[in-house]
Amino acid sequence: MTKKSFWGRLTESGLLLPIVSLLLVMAVNIVFDIVSGNNPFNFFMITLQHTTSNGNVLYGRIIDVLNRGSEAAILAIGMTLVVSSSAGTDISVGSVMSLCASFCCMLLAGYGVSSTSTLAVPLIVGVLGGILMGALCGTFNGTLVAYFGIQPMVATLILYSAARAIGLLLCNDLIVYVRNGSFAFFGSFLGPIPTPIIITVICIVIMTLLLRKSALGMYIQSVGINPRASRISGLNSKRIIFITYIICGLFAGIAGIVASSRITSADSNNIGLYLEMDAILAVALGGNSLGGGRFNLAGSIIGAYTIQAITTTLYALGVSTTQAPVFKAVIVILIVAMQSEPVKAYMKKRRLAKAAREGGAV
Amino acid sequence: MEENVVLTARGITMTFPGVKALEDVDFTLRRGEIHALMGENGAGKSTLIKCLTGINDFEAGEIHIAGIDGPVKNHSTRDAQNVGISTVYQEVNLCPNLSVAENLFIGREPMTAFHTIDRKSYNKRSQKIMDDLGISVDVTQNLENYSLAIQQMVAIARAVDMDCKVLILDEPTSSLDDEEVEKLFVLMRRLRDQGVGIIFVTHFLEQVYAVCDRITVLRDGHFVGEYPIAELPRVKLVAAMMGKNLDDLEEIGKEHENTAEDKLEISAKGLSHTGTVKPFDLDIHKGEVVGVAGLLGSGRSELARAIYGADKANTGSLEVDGKSVKINQPIDAMNLGMGMLPDDRKAEGIIQDLSVRENMILALQAKQGMFKPLSRAKQEELVDEYIKVLQVKTASKETLVKQLSGGNQQKVILGRWLITQPDFLILDEPTRGIDVGTKAEIQKLILKLAGEGKSILFISSEISEMLRTCSRMAIMRDGEKVNELDHDLTQESVMKAIAGGEQNND
Ligand SMILES: Nc1ncnc2c1ncn2[C@@H]1O[C@H](COP(=O)(O)OP(=O)(O)OP(=O)(O)O)[C@@H](O)[C@H]1O
Ligand SMILES: [Mg+2]
Repeated sequence: MTKKSFWGRLTESGLLLPIVSLLLVMAVNIVFDIVSGNNPFNFFMITLQHTTSNGNVLYGRIIDVLNRGSEAAILAIGMTLVVSSSAGTDISVGSVMSLCASFCCMLLAGYGVSSTSTLAVPLIVGVLGGILMGALCGTFNGTLVAYFGIQPMVATLILYSAARAIGLLLCNDLIVYVRNGSFAFFGSFLGPIPTPIIITVICIVIMTLLLRKSALGMYIQSVGINPRASRISGLNSKRIIFITYIICGLFAGIAGIVASSRITSADSNNIGLYLEMDAILAVALGGNSLGGGRFNLAGSIIGAYTIQAITTTLYALGVSTTQAPVFKAVIVILIVAMQSEPVKAYMKKRRLAKAAREGGAV
Repeated sequence: MEENVVLTARGITMTFPGVKALEDVDFTLRRGEIHALMGENGAGKSTLIKCLTGINDFEAGEIHIAGIDGPVKNHSTRDAQNVGISTVYQEVNLCPNLSVAENLFIGREPMTAFHTIDRKSYNKRSQKIMDDLGISVDVTQNLENYSLAIQQMVAIARAVDMDCKVLILDEPTSSLDDEEVEKLFVLMRRLRDQGVGIIFVTHFLEQVYAVCDRITVLRDGHFVGEYPIAELPRVKLVAAMMGKNLDDLEEIGKEHENTAEDKLEISAKGLSHTGTVKPFDLDIHKGEVVGVAGLLGSGRSELARAIYGADKANTGSLEVDGKSVKINQPIDAMNLGMGMLPDDRKAEGIIQDLSVRENMILALQAKQGMFKPLSRAKQEELVDEYIKVLQVKTASKETLVKQLSGGNQQKVILGRWLITQPDFLILDEPTRGIDVGTKAEIQKLILKLAGEGKSILFISSEISEMLRTCSRMAIMRDGEKVNELDHDLTQESVMKAIAGGEQNND
């Protein structure tokens, strides 16, 4: 075996384009900062800033991207697996986040209580309860998709529309506030570092370990590519699809806790709103085919942060909140086009032609 | 252009990452000839065909077609059709969830006066096309309801029905049995007499000598030569393909000894699967190779699938190694030491987008369980070993399996099962699409496994292949096991039993 260059490995891993996309967004920041006479590397500047509640904490645009992008990144992990195994998307994750937040806050505050600073149950019970609620939703989705053979989009549409309402029901139609430092922790800081970043890192590490130390990754891809052949080779195709939905729900639960902790409340109507779209887009930006099969977790996560970087950049550029989606859409179109087959084929042709010109003059 | 020539390709060169699939290949097709394109697995036959039909974008070379000035460059199969090239590809690529008729006319549907699709007329025309070919199907049924062989016939019918100057058939006979092959040959000869030039790829040498007029041989992506059929007898053809002489191909395994032991490995009583196979009894001893013969759709594969749990048996009982067992799905069978190589490579065999390595270790990994992953070193060791045993031609272990030639994909799946070291292995058309040299190797391998006390159920449309390896044969007819032959196994006796000319002797 010949040793491959770093460049060769990067192209092969399929991470090249996602990384280029992210760099592109960063480049826009640099250009903007130069044009407006700021430090060109403003985007990357990290400073310590003093806050009354948390002491010295890290501050800067890149920290903001990492912090704000946490929920989407966590969702993207589960979404990647679901897309791979079932060639479909779980569109319920945003709503499930909200339901999990509501359930967690309801446990912590007690049923019918709208605001509290003392916890009704130990923190851990509330948090685990919320996460388990996510897993329960995943079980529901997984059952419909894997065992009843319902199209993923249709199956998850049920919780997409119902989960928020169930959350409101659990909270007795109130926005439940849990004004307690220990609960706020998940959305604030651990030392100088925003806790959501740490939670995301933990989620990524656990998932990576699971994929590395077990055959789950290969099973999922195999089932996603050819479920019939996988079954003949001894895989329980249905069960594997089922498992990916549970994992996806579980991560939605974690994301829900983070989102709710940020605002120390369970705002059913707003938590996780449109986040399913970001999660799906992250998977696509990561170079994964939404048609299932081979997946690239790192790509999805980079994709999630790219989306957040676009949003943060637009705000930094002073684009108004109402217009931002338009610009976001334009950038996303560019990135997706860059990764599309015709463009890739064109680039490959140019490379081959170039190689032929240089090497073929014999 | 020389008179009578319909298609010439000159200096065709095509590279895939890491593989030079074709280098400076010439090919000439004349009017009214059947031209065999021969070569070992991975020689570049399918690649050349895909260059002609616009699927592959070759780097160098020119293609000329009679009646068209200047080189022709097809960019899609539609382009190819427009210049009169009609193709049946190696892997059936029709739409399983459309009806037979829809598959026949997709992209060229007859229209009514109101510019809507004329369903009535095309159902009628489809039925006529299939009847003319002597295939009994209901054209309004979805294609997926039919066996691979029927699907292959539909693909052929579709290609033949288009008005063409050049007809390309890439291993169209790989899942057909003698009767269907004969029907196809009649059709091919008729088209030849009408002046169509036909390119025919097959690994069955008899078929080449039965219908072809001329042979072009490729080896490792290179053009070896073009010969009139009379000038290239069988032995020379094999030598041209392999680049060396193969020691007496026909004799391999003919004198095999019966390695069957007394102990039973498999004992099925009254096993059935509703709609596909009626209740049957079957005993297979340790160290025995049992064949299953029968016409297309006679339930050969279905019998095996009922044992393996690919289609869960509805009735009956099964004993493995003397113990009564219950098999609900394939993994249960695997845990009892079984393995099954299915006949439909594309639908049930390969995991297209996984690497050769992953494809080969998949079954063993599934057997071990999710939380006991095989170490990378172990995987590479196993894969290297079986790549060597089976002579898989691949750029590397990490090459995606879909990038291998058809025959090499088949070897990968065979490797997948050999790696699990099963006690009982079901081989459903294991040599489909495999070249002559390797075919002999695989037959030897089967006998070697039997010698080690493994049991094998061998299904094949090629009776001669089974005769060389099996000591007993089950005969299937209309989903029913009608007979079992255990002595005087000859081509005639088996054919007779299949056709039903002989009384049951059990
Ligand atoms: N899409 C592809 N990507 C990479 N390599 C390919 C691709 N298609 C074919 N090849 C390689 O090109 C070579 C020729 O393959 P081809 O399919 O033409 O063989 P073949 O002669 O048709 O063999 P078989 O008899 O097994 O069908 C093989 O080494 C194969 O691995
Ligand atoms: Mg081929």
